[in-house]
Amino acid sequence: MDNLLWLIPVSPLAGALLLILAGNRMSKAAIAFVGAGSICLSAILTLVVGFNFLSNTPPTGIMSQTLWSWFEVANFKPEITLYLDALSLVFIFVITFIGALIHIYSAGFMTTDKDYSRFFACMNLFVFSMLMLVLADNLLLLYLGWEGVGLCSYLLIGFWHESHANGYAARKAFIITRIGDTAMAIGLFLLFYQFGTLAIPDILHKAPESWSNGSSGVTIVALLLLAGGLGKSAQLPLQTWLPDAMAGPSPVSALIHAATMVTAGVYLIARMHVLFELSPIAQTTVAVIGAVTLFIAGFSALTQYDIKRVLAYSTISQIGYMFLALGVGAYSAAIFHFMIHAFFKALLFLAAGAVIEALHHEHNMFKMGGLKDKLPVIFWTFLIGSASLAALPLLSAGFYSKDQILWYAWAGEGGNPWLWLLALLGAFITAAYTTRMMILTFWGESKTTVSHKPGKLMTVPLIILAFFALFGGFIELPHNFAHFTLFSNLLQPVLPLTKLNVNESSEWLFQLIAAIATLSGIALAYFFYSRQPMRLAGLRTNGAFNSLYRFWHSGWGFDKAYDTLLVKPLVYVSRANKHDIIDRIYSGITTASLTFYRWLSLTQTGSLRWYVMGLIVGAIIILTMQIML
Amino acid sequence: MNGISINMVMILAAILFILGIAGVIIRKNIIFMLLSVEIMLNASGLAFIAAGAKWAQPDGQIMFIFILAMAAAEVSVGLALILQVYHQHQSLDIDKLKEMRG
Repeated sequence: MDNLLWLIPVSPLAGALLLILAGNRMSKAAIAFVGAGSICLSAILTLVVGFNFLSNTPPTGIMSQTLWSWFEVANFKPEITLYLDALSLVFIFVITFIGALIHIYSAGFMTTDKDYSRFFACMNLFVFSMLMLVLADNLLLLYLGWEGVGLCSYLLIGFWHESHANGYAARKAFIITRIGDTAMAIGLFLLFYQFGTLAIPDILHKAPESWSNGSSGVTIVALLLLAGGLGKSAQLPLQTWLPDAMAGPSPVSALIHAATMVTAGVYLIARMHVLFELSPIAQTTVAVIGAVTLFIAGFSALTQYDIKRVLAYSTISQIGYMFLALGVGAYSAAIFHFMIHAFFKALLFLAAGAVIEALHHEHNMFKMGGLKDKLPVIFWTFLIGSASLAALPLLSAGFYSKDQILWYAWAGEGGNPWLWLLALLGAFITAAYTTRMMILTFWGESKTTVSHKPGKLMTVPLIILAFFALFGGFIELPHNFAHFTLFSNLLQPVLPLTKLNVNESSEWLFQLIAAIATLSGIALAYFFYSRQPMRLAGLRTNGAFNSLYRFWHSGWGFDKAYDTLLVKPLVYVSRANKHDIIDRIYSGITTASLTFYRWLSLTQTGSLRWYVMGLIVGAIIILTMQIML
Repeated sequence: MNGISINMVMILAAILFILGIAGVIIRKNIIFMLLSVEIMLNASGLAFIAAGAKWAQPDGQIMFIFILAMAAAEVSVGLALILQVYHQHQSLDIDKLKEMRG
């Protein structure tokens, strides 16, 4: 077969099936080979297929491969079709490449775990589902991948299921994303009702003809799809599951909650961008939610003491940037930031996992310190990742991607000064909490001793990711630096170019402002955590500041709000209904018929005279009725 | 002979029938109940004969021969059963034979 596209998702699926069926009979080396090898195979195939696609691009810009027809009911015939264009190429490159590195890392990280094969089976299944999500030609197949990643996220967050807290975190993640999934399913029903098909190219072609700009139909569908994206991407108001999802192993956090699953919402909105363009309300909602989320999550990240929770809130914040970019119409900037974010966030999570392992499961940053000299490789890779996250000017890849979003938030078609201001403050806070994290973990006196250093399997992926976090940004330079825009040229057939409202010449001013914001954030954290750490303790004695600090720490009280508004009433109602009112109706029918039966059985006396009497009375009644009627 | 109207014969048959029913209900001994059933059979046979005489057809007489034959068979089987009942329970009181209560 000359088209190898189908092998890319099938390879992890085969790996997962093999590990599910024969995992506990295989040796550790074999499990690691199958688990990591299947994703490495997918990565190599992605490079081959991608190179092929880029060198002889089909005229339509699309390479699709129909495997078989799923089912056919009335006129609805969804097919298992894999659809490769520039957008899905970027996504499968990120998923397989970063996935392969994370799998190699996990081969080292999870060595001492007794459920080695179950881990790799779930991870492979996850990569398969995510690949199906981005390669799907129709929304039903996308929904298959969507649900699959939700399931695997549940399985992997609750991987260490002996602890009840992990199971609770996994259930919380699943239930909250389920709310988004339900909204998305309703959106799919409405789309099918309108168009009679769920094939994405057809919908995107027919949408401008069926719906006028700003009509209520397209707005409702777009908002429902957005709600689905909010659940999976942990944005307001469905963001509370992601910090608790850090209960899972670090490779899981890196793969699912940094690079891939949480970007499914970004993919959905980018893919269905025609619908969002037809509905300005929905697009504005996307931008506003993105901006507010990134602002809120930044403050929460500033107050956390668990290193993984800082990174979790940071992920929520960065995906807020992507949503903001999608909302103002800067699609290629959003996807560019997605790719760069995937690299540095995966790097940060893997490095944090290595630090936690080296300190023997110590998560609290305030108990770390002085690791700069003890764990040099991790220190340098973590530093590069943090520089990218904080968007260190000119050097790191994060600068180029985040700066683009900031510029388009001001200058783009849907841009707005308030959005730009929120994003700028968010960048300031990002730099601050990133520096805080670095200082607390690596500088200062060491409060916990290193028990063992990580091996090669764990450090080599870190180095590779650090390379990309450093140099990945250079493929898309801003317009005033040079005319070198490889990335948006790649995506141009799929996603429209961003239109500007403002004169292009003022771009250097905004880059300067963004750079100043980053540097002042770094300076602020340096002042409070390195120079004068006593100041912060002094500030916290102030009651108002302390309660604000604790409010930020609890994620702006969302968990408590949901608990009081939704969880407690539901638990109360289900406790009151312990004997199930609806069930009582059905058992009432049973009781009534049993009572009637007991009454009737009293007439069976066994006495012959009684029966004869019955016969005679009946005969008399019938005769009487005959005479009367 | 022609002066007896069919109504009179039917009323006689009805009275005999009701007497039979009364006997079935009132009597305690099974043999007397069987006797009362015989009276009911004979009453219905009388009704058939009267109808056959009215319409001057032999069907009434034929019916009565059927009834007679059937009554004979029934009595033989019934008496055999009564013998068995007495053998098992040593009593022919209908109020004592209540084993099939449900």
